[in-house]
Amino acid sequence: MSDETIPLTGPTVDLTAPDGGTAVEVTGTGSRAALISDATSSHNGGAPVQTRNARFTSTEVSAFPEVTGREASWKLTPVDALRDLIDGALDGGRYDFTLDAGAGDGAGIDVSWVPRTDQRVGLAGIPEERASANAWSTFSEALAITVSGEERAEVRVQRDAFGPAVRGAHTIIEAKPFSDSVVVLDNSRDASLVENVEIIVGDQARLTVVTVQDFDDDARYLATHFGRVGRDATFKHVVVSLGGKVVRVNPAVTLAERGADGELLGVYFSDAGQHLEQQVFMFHQAPDTKGRVNYKGALQGAGARTVWIGDVLIGPDASGTDSYEQNRNLVLTDGTRADSIPNLEIETGDIQGAGHASATGRFDDEQLFYLQSRGIPEEVARRLVVRGFLADIVQKIGFAPLEERLHAAIEAELAGDAETPSIEVTA
Amino acid sequence: MSTLKISDLHVSVETDQGTKQILRGVDLTINEGEIHAVMGPNGSGKSTLAYAIAGHPKYTVDSGSITLDGEEVLEMSVDERAKAGLFLAMQYPVEIPGVTNSNFLRTAKTAIAGEAPAIRTWVKDVRGAMEKLRMDSSFAERNVNEGFSGGEKKRNEILQLELLKPRFAVLDETDSGLDVDALKIVSEGVNRAKAETGLGILLITHYTRILRYIKPDFVHVFVAGRVAEEGGPELADQLENEGYDRFLTSASA
Repeated sequence: MSDETIPLTGPTVDLTAPDGGTAVEVTGTGSRAALISDATSSHNGGAPVQTRNARFTSTEVSAFPEVTGREASWKLTPVDALRDLIDGALDGGRYDFTLDAGAGDGAGIDVSWVPRTDQRVGLAGIPEERASANAWSTFSEALAITVSGEERAEVRVQRDAFGPAVRGAHTIIEAKPFSDSVVVLDNSRDASLVENVEIIVGDQARLTVVTVQDFDDDARYLATHFGRVGRDATFKHVVVSLGGKVVRVNPAVTLAERGADGELLGVYFSDAGQHLEQQVFMFHQAPDTKGRVNYKGALQGAGARTVWIGDVLIGPDASGTDSYEQNRNLVLTDGTRADSIPNLEIETGDIQGAGHASATGRFDDEQLFYLQSRGIPEEVARRLVVRGFLADIVQKIGFAPLEERLHAAIEAELAGDAETPSIEVTA
Repeated sequence: MSTLKISDLHVSVETDQGTKQILRGVDLTINEGEIHAVMGPNGSGKSTLAYAIAGHPKYTVDSGSITLDGEEVLEMSVDERAKAGLFLAMQYPVEIPGVTNSNFLRTAKTAIAGEAPAIRTWVKDVRGAMEKLRMDSSFAERNVNEGFSGGEKKRNEILQLELLKPRFAVLDETDSGLDVDALKIVSEGVNRAKAETGLGILLITHYTRILRYIKPDFVHVFVAGRVAEEGGPELADQLENEGYDRFLTSASA
């Protein structure tokens, strides 16, 4: 336990949504320790873990006790719908995928299966929970996406053939020093998959990783993305979750070397009965690092559920850190629930800035009235407002073909509202 | 000739203290091409009249009617009113994050006209209207009213007025918060729209200042939710000199 820990917990919950709406449901923890103490006591001798990077880690599934649903990493997740993924035997074999090269026509990008003994396995992170360890224990080969050269390179890995098998997978994305690339993991159709994705960003490399979850309605997907960002490297990570029964993507990024820049973005749209979750962890380990976390979500329909937990840790050596995280949720109908929990821990006094914000709100009646008073029908006005709310993130992806597709996908999500009774607009 | 006719309009609003009556029998008829100034002290119900015409959900019409060429406006939804030819320039225009002004204007024009405007002429129209309002072309790609100054928001309202070409426009304290230069630019825009389309205007204001630039044909003094006195432009001059005291005394007597 460090005396220097300044847990700036008790999130600054901005009760006014950016659109002026009132907060509907914001669950903020009083303290990080309270949130995780019950989770860690079972395998940590009862001592509460103080800092986010001090969680128990192991690649062995047996090293983790059985999941009760009270652990920090599971307490907001529907674990009973995921037992086979957490505890069961997983198929760790190959799956089919197709590659779609953008700029650079595939030059500088190698995609191949590599053995477990590949030296990069374990470089970016080690599992912190049982499902992640289950996948790690299981995979026979890892899919490695390696980017070299200095010309801009783009690749989309279309993964639509996971099928109904309960699977465990491992993926490595390595951006060699000075490379400049966009890697899109485009996940769709059926899946019951647990996956670890290790992302190694070499010195001065520029890498954007986008993971799209546009699964079928019954799909379940648990992913942990471990990122390690090198000296003066720029890493952008984007989580886009639209389709699937339970989709949880947890990015944990370490700004490991001086001058590393990490931007973690997310956009999600939860429909009736969908659970979309992301536990984001940004670790400022080295000095002079910059971190931005910005997630935005919309919820629509009975039982639509989203969870966002954003942890930022500024380590004792991370002087000169510049950090900000925020999450905003737009609630479109009754019967939804959005959990939004920002946590910030600072272990050095010498930082440039650090802040966090969270807001969950309804439609702003005044925005709708304004648009309607210009002749725009209510349904179109609603779409404009939601699309505008989410466009903010989509526009930051910086990869035009994907941006267009995502705008269309968000339109489709909104259009799916036809059966759902619209919410009252009256004040 | 088009006519907007307000008859015996009673409007209330729900507050934490319960239902509050604001308009208590307003009668007002505006013909195409006429400019009517509605003046009155704070709290007299001027803005409520504006919102009631536009159909803001916060305001409840208890009785009376508003007709546009005989059609009952009160039975129309907010967007139907706009399509029928009504326009409200708001006192506090709303910011819409993530929606660009150009997208917004095109969507609104399409909705009102019933078909998308021809791209080339539309782009030219927008650019021309913005130039006349001394709006930098960057405002087209900025999000609606986001980060605009007070004066820029008001110009953006008049930009919409000029592009959407309504038959009747309600200007709700469009002059508030404007310096004299912005006031002139905005007034020119209103006069230009009137010269071009012959629209009828209901100009709501607390001060007589804007009436130097937009000349009213009729002046109505609002007190305690109804029209207390009506007259020609000379009534505005009288108010300029005397203020609203005379009406406040008679109202409380």
